[in-house]
This record gives sequence, structure tokens and C-alpha cells, in this order.
Amino acid sequence: MSLSSSDLAAIWLTLELASLTTVLLLLIGTPIAWWLARTRSRLKGVVGAVVALPMVLPPTVIGFYLLVAMGPHGPVGRLTEALGLGVLPFTFAGLVVGSVFYSLPFVVQPLHNAFEAIGERPLEAAATLRAGPWDSFFSVVLPLARPGFVTASILGFAHTVGEFGVVLMLGGNIPGKTRTVSVQIFDHVEAMEYAQAHWLAGGMLLFSFVVLLALYSSRRMRPGLG
Amino acid sequence: MKRSLSLLTAVLGASLLAFSAQAAEVQVAVAANFAVPLKEIAARFEKDTGHKLVAAFGPTGGLYTQVKNGAPFEVFLSADDTTPARLEREGDTVAGSRFTYAIGKLVLWSATEGYVDDKGEVLKKNAFRHLSIGNPKTAPYGLAATQVLDKLGLADAVKPKLVEGTNITQAYQFAASGNAELGFVALSQVYKDGRITGGSAWIVPAALYEPIRQDAVILARGRSNAAATAFLEYLKGPKAAAVIKAYGYGR
Repeated sequence: MSLSSSDLAAIWLTLELASLTTVLLLLIGTPIAWWLARTRSRLKGVVGAVVALPMVLPPTVIGFYLLVAMGPHGPVGRLTEALGLGVLPFTFAGLVVGSVFYSLPFVVQPLHNAFEAIGERPLEAAATLRAGPWDSFFSVVLPLARPGFVTASILGFAHTVGEFGVVLMLGGNIPGKTRTVSVQIFDHVEAMEYAQAHWLAGGMLLFSFVVLLALYSSRRMRPGLG
Repeated sequence: MKRSLSLLTAVLGASLLAFSAQAAEVQVAVAANFAVPLKEIAARFEKDTGHKLVAAFGPTGGLYTQVKNGAPFEVFLSADDTTPARLEREGDTVAGSRFTYAIGKLVLWSATEGYVDDKGEVLKKNAFRHLSIGNPKTAPYGLAATQVLDKLGLADAVKPKLVEGTNITQAYQFAASGNAELGFVALSQVYKDGRITGGSAWIVPAALYEPIRQDAVILARGRSNAAATAFLEYLKGPKAAAVIKAYGYGR
């Protein structure tokens, strides 16, 4: 008894999904976190709350609304169809969109904290040395916030690997496209294939533990979101 | 210890029965596809007998796992006949209590009016993007759907378009939200009082798939619960049968 080819396909797909999602989240999350750390706008509270929503909402709520919004009758679905992209549910791209939304707080919040911890002084110092805003961002902020980026990447990746409800609601369980490890485990349990479920579930447990161990043992990083 | 405990339970149970034959409560695990008719049957059962019914809904495989791991269910209404039979073999039921309470009917359904013709030709035309079905490994209606596709010789043609719900409720939800133009769902989900409630549908001829026998059984925990026995008797009776038929199941 060991992993079947469909189990391996699910693992590969999950890694692809989590990698792509993490890269996109760093690209999207960095400007959001930077803005949240620097702004005095009244919108700060609203944006912060929206970003944090996926942490408190059950994945079924997110999955259900994404399914309806991205479906052919929903606003997003109409837009993607008008753009010739088709509709997103039941596609890998749809899962990526769902995962980006679902894991957003796990990337934005560590970055936000890291940016806030830097404070004004290094930036003022950079400005007196005539560094422009872009220059000081890349040569001062990014190196100083490096631990925050590492934490954000690990949490974003791990949280996407562990995603279940959104994928279940949005994916349609298509092998090689939307059937991730967590859904595959659910299927095994439902089909009473406990031995196969154990292989995958045990692997998932080990993976999660190793990731968190790496995160919490690292001296240079502060664990968690705080 | 065990004996004295069971003796105590028996005495307690008997005295409870003696004091309040009318007020017993029964915990029922119900397959997702039967949720709506069950609520109606439960309301009538409670009114007619004075017993109380507490229902938990879920996929058949999931409910099985819960029963095996000590869930407090006393009656099990499955979406198939193999799972109750398996529980019976494994000694988790009251022997002789198992019977078929409903026969499920499969329907090809679309949320769009006029999309499905009454012969299912829409399947052969193959102009749709997605066809949703229940997971054939775990959902009896999903298995029936694959049997229909095999019989029609369309299995390979539509395979890339199949999307699976974990159970028939989710398969319906994919079709109802329009994300899948077509879905093989339970007739009970789109049928009330003799007609289709919305969209368009082809009721699949019974010859195209194995009968979906849905069996009910009293679980070991319900052995000495009068309400459990009463509920199964009620389910066999004419009032429940009328509700079951009104929702498009066979008997």
C-alpha cells in the first residue's frame, strides 16, 4: 500500500497551486502591506478589515460566493466571459484566484508588521542620502523586511496547501486540474479507503509540522502573524 | 462492570419508557439527497406520535465513518443499500430492521428553461461546457450517472467536461448556479407534487442504470429506543409513502 498515481497527481497539483499562489500573493500583498503600514488614510481600517476577512470567514462562505460571483451569471463571470477568458470555476486559474483571496491575510499581515517595525528613521536617512522612494524601497526596506518576507512566503504557501473548503466549492474535483491533496483525502475517507487516506493525511501532518518547526525555530523570525 | 452497566441502562430505559412512552427522542442520520422530504416526514411523525426526531444530514460515506466512530445516531437513512448492508454485516445494526424506504430516480437537469429536451439529445449534441455529477466513488447518483453515460456510449466524449460534486447536493449546486449547464441530479431535488419545479429536465429511463435503492436501518444504539422503532414503522406507512412519492422517489 502506498501512493497511487492519482495521489501523486494531486500532490503535484497542490504544489503547483501553492507555488503560483505564493508568488502572486507576494506581488499583490507587498504594495497592500506597504500602503497599510504607511498610510494615514481613513480607508486604512476598511482595507485592513477586508484583507483579514478570509481569516474569520468559513471557507465554505468564500467558496460559495466565489462560485456565484465567478459563475456565468455573476459579475466576475460576466467580465471574464466578455474578455474571452471563459468562466473560472472548475479551472486551475479559478483555484489560483480563490487561493490568492483565501491566503491573502497570511501574506499581508507579516509584511505589514515587518514594514511597520522598520519605522521612519531608515527611510529619512535614505532620503538625506538622496535616495528616491523606489531606490530606498529596494535598497533599504526590502533587506530590512526580509524576515517578514520569509514568514509571509512560508505561511502563504502552507496555508494554500492546507486549503480545502474553497477548492471543494469551486473545483469540481477534476483530476490534474482541481483535485488537490486535501480533496483527495476527503474522497478517500468518503469512499472508506482509510489506508490511502492515512498515507496522504499523515504526509500532510508531517509537512505542516516541518514547515511550522522551521518557522518557529528560526531565531531571526518572529513566528505567527504578530 | 459491563453487565451491571447494561443492566442499569436497561432498567433506566424501561423506567423511562414506563414513565413517558410518548416523549422519546430519536437521532437520525440522513443522506443528503433525502433532506427535504425527511423534514416533512419528521414534522408529521412528531405530530402524529409525540416523539421527537433530531436529524443530521451528510454524505452516506461520511455518515458511515461517523457511525463507526461512535456518533450517537440511532437510525440511518442511507442513499444506497450497500452501506446499511455493510453496517449490518459488521454488527452495528439491529438485525432484521433494514428495508428499502425509497428508490431514487436520476434526472438530467439544467437551470435554463428549454435547454434539456425530453429525450436527452442534448447530451449527444455535446455543445455544453460542463456536466456536473456526484462523485461516482462515493455518491450513488454519481455512479448511476456514469452507468447512463456508459450505456449511451458517451462516456469518453463527455469525460473532459465532467465536474464532480462530493455529493448529489453539490452536483445540483454546480448546475443551479449555472456553472455547469447540465447536471445529473436526483429527481427529488427538482421535483415537487408531480412536476419539475424549474429549469428543464430529462427523467432518465430506469433501464439505463442500476436501481438506486435507499435503505434505512436501526443502528445498535437505537436498539431499546421506542422512538427509533416507531419512526421506522412510520417510514414504512402510507403517510410517509405519500411524501416520498410527492418528491419523485419510487417505493
